[in-house]
Amino acid sequence: MEEYTLLRQFADSWMLLLLFVFFIGIVIWVFRPGASKEYKDTANIPFRHADAPAPQQDKPATSKEARQ
Amino acid sequence: MSNYIKLIALGLVVLFAAIGSNYARDLAYQVHAILVMIIAGGLFIWTLRNTDEPDILVDRSAEYMDDVIRYGVIATAFWGVVGFLAGTFIAFQLAFPALNFEWAQGYANFGRLRPLHTSAVIFAFGGNALIATSFFVVQRTSAARLWGGNLAWFVFWGYQLFIVLAATGYLLGGTQSKEYAEPEWYVDLWLTVVWVAYLAVYLGTIIKRKEPHIYVANWFFLAFIVTVAMLHLVNNMTVPVSIWGSKSVIVWSGVQDAMIQWWYGHNAVGFFLTAGFLGMMYYFIPKQAERPVFSYKLSIIHFWALIFLYIWAGPHHLHYTALPDWASTLGMVFSVILWMPSWGGMINGLMTLSGAWDKLRTDPVIRMMVISVGFYGMSTFEGPMMSIRAVNSLSHYTDWTIGHVHSGALGWNGMITFGALYYLVPVLWKRDRLYSLQMVSWHFWLATIGIVLYAASMWVTGIMEGLMWREVDANGFLVNSFADTVAAKFPMYVVRGLGGVLFLAGSLIMCYNLWMTVRKAPAKEASLTVAVPAE
Repeated sequence: MEEYTLLRQFADSWMLLLLFVFFIGIVIWVFRPGASKEYKDTANIPFRHADAPAPQQDKPATSKEARQ
Repeated sequence: MSNYIKLIALGLVVLFAAIGSNYARDLAYQVHAILVMIIAGGLFIWTLRNTDEPDILVDRSAEYMDDVIRYGVIATAFWGVVGFLAGTFIAFQLAFPALNFEWAQGYANFGRLRPLHTSAVIFAFGGNALIATSFFVVQRTSAARLWGGNLAWFVFWGYQLFIVLAATGYLLGGTQSKEYAEPEWYVDLWLTVVWVAYLAVYLGTIIKRKEPHIYVANWFFLAFIVTVAMLHLVNNMTVPVSIWGSKSVIVWSGVQDAMIQWWYGHNAVGFFLTAGFLGMMYYFIPKQAERPVFSYKLSIIHFWALIFLYIWAGPHHLHYTALPDWASTLGMVFSVILWMPSWGGMINGLMTLSGAWDKLRTDPVIRMMVISVGFYGMSTFEGPMMSIRAVNSLSHYTDWTIGHVHSGALGWNGMITFGALYYLVPVLWKRDRLYSLQMVSWHFWLATIGIVLYAASMWVTGIMEGLMWREVDANGFLVNSFADTVAAKFPMYVVRGLGGVLFLAGSLIMCYNLWMTVRKAPAKEASLTVAVPAE
């Protein structure tokens, strides 16, 4: 089979199905039980750590940068 | 040690550029070679002077890397004014052809300035806005400092070099004549290097994030970075004629080339001007409204639907051409479906204000952001409509298209960027507030009226033009010549130019306001240099 025809047939069948199922899967995943609670927390990310990064808990800072 | 490698590399670049400026086959290449030689030479000296100096290492992981973003904000405002000025000037060039000065023929006539305008507003203004805001947002929503240290500075300055090379190239005739992808091969290669660094900084920051989740704005920014890289590489597959010249030949030919160009072109709109700016919307509107996004679920569906659909919409630029019918139908259908996620996103942005609508009365910055989302909704309705083949047969090649682009670019991209700048400057320079909210209001109204003048005049002239072109007499002969339409458009061209003047005036007011915010507005802390204590 010609390369174009082969790729085209694949794109029109399995790839199309894969992408479609992936997308539907995301929509279902978004509405999974318990999602609302989790997303409520996620949606509030912009209101945390506005001024400084989260503090390093255990280890001392490893990355040092040259003066600027 | 790394300085020695840098010195060797810079030295080789200087040598190569020097040879290039001697052997250059065309003016654009020669000027660029000299430019690169000077910049690389300057960097060589600068690196040399810092070599073998003791490195003072400071732990900065407890603070955000904001200095590069401050530069980005300044660059955004600067390139914005340059781009708006160029646009206003070429608008008047179309109305008054005498402005294509005889002494500047071949450098500053409409054909040379037009890509300068489009690239200045899209890539210089929009691109700098995207880089600056994405660096700002990714740090705040990841609760981590930018990854890669000075790599972010390389991204910023490398991108400015790309802009300068692209812009000077257009004026001197170095162009590959692909819309929105005009820069020639070596500029493309340079942008690729910068873009990979950008992706590395961005991804690196996300990987070392302290928040368990990746906030939705980062998804949009990441989609923008990755997709633009892919588009850029495929659409710029060229073979240089000579390593000493700017001319190159594209490997695609005929309708394939046209399709790839508009696959690139429309996804530049979809991912550069939409996905990236939606990332801004999903951060700055909640921040300015001081409430979380209306529906986080909707934002996830919005993201996946948008990126799954946008990539197929390109063929609507090629209705009634050599492109097969099935391809143009596909493009049309996907463009119409695209209306859904676009409006889903618009609703999500607007409804974030639910319960805080009173802020529209008191806060001109949020007014700016809301009208930008409004323009987003308007142009994402207009776009699908224009992509329908029957509508396109009237609108294509007319000024309606230009009006559509500008209601999106000035209304959506421009206004959300202005809103983001008004938010960012007090935060980044640690000011208590903006210098003047009244000036923001002035900017808001000038820009809005400017866009309305622009879009309305282009609707009138576009539809008029389309109708005049298809008008036939009883015997089936065309009634109007092309020059007839040009003459009929004159008043609308003047109105469009005036709209541009208003928009430009608004942006100048913004620059003054932002400047005075840094200079005069009360400071939040005693000094910028005060270190943030580690918690």
